[in-house]
Amino acid sequence: MKSGIETKKGQQNNSKTNVYAILTGAIAGLINGLFGGGGGMIVVPMLIFLLKCNPKKAHATALLIILPLSAISGIFYAAFGSFNIGVGVPVGIGVVAGGVLGAFLLSKLSTKWVIIIFSVVMAVAGVKMLFF
Amino acid sequence: MEFLWYVFAGVLSGVLGGMGMGGGTVLIPLLNIFYSVSQHTAQASNLISFLPMAVVALIIHLKNRLVDFNKILFIIIPGVFTCIFGCYLARAINGELLKRMFGGFLFLLSVFQFVTEMRKSK
Repeated sequence: MKSGIETKKGQQNNSKTNVYAILTGAIAGLINGLFGGGGGMIVVPMLIFLLKCNPKKAHATALLIILPLSAISGIFYAAFGSFNIGVGVPVGIGVVAGGVLGAFLLSKLSTKWVIIIFSVVMAVAGVKMLFF
Repeated sequence: MEFLWYVFAGVLSGVLGGMGMGGGTVLIPLLNIFYSVSQHTAQASNLISFLPMAVVALIIHLKNRLVDFNKILFIIIPGVFTCIFGCYLARAINGELLKRMFGGFLFLLSVFQFVTEMRKSK
């Protein structure tokens, strides 16, 4: 009988796992609250390497983790007055449209070069924000 | 007109996010560098604009049984606390410093991602 819960077969299940789980969540939460994003990219490797999550499930699982955290962060940021509707609404619309397009493209394009270009662009943006 | 430019920024980051590549890390620099949006506002925009798409994506993932619930509460519950702490911390830091911190984080992330991808294809 199949249940919705992943079986423990092949996964450690001891107190170290609990510590790793807490650590993963704590770091994801901190990054999400402090930077408003980027937590997912940290969580995925932690899920795979520390928590022995099946790599095919890591991205989806990361989403399950990041979603409530982002919602909470979003509420706090809005309460602190950082949210600007004039920016947020059009961006939100764009993100949904882009997300659909991106999911479609995912099945068509090789992601390797996209990631390479993306990494370079991110590095440049990072340097600019850090020093200028 | 400005409205459309913001939509465009969202589309760019949404495409990358839709490909599983962390759209937030594109949107925040994009808004901050090219649109002169303050760091806090850019971060807030990213958080909130991410939600609708994330809900839809998650529903699809759940349907496809791609989500692993092992230890999920051990992960999320501490995360909630550190997340709230992070929000207060961000508020306490001025926008310029937060921007630089984010930039450093982004740079580290990009190196990590690049190395990981290069290793994958070896």
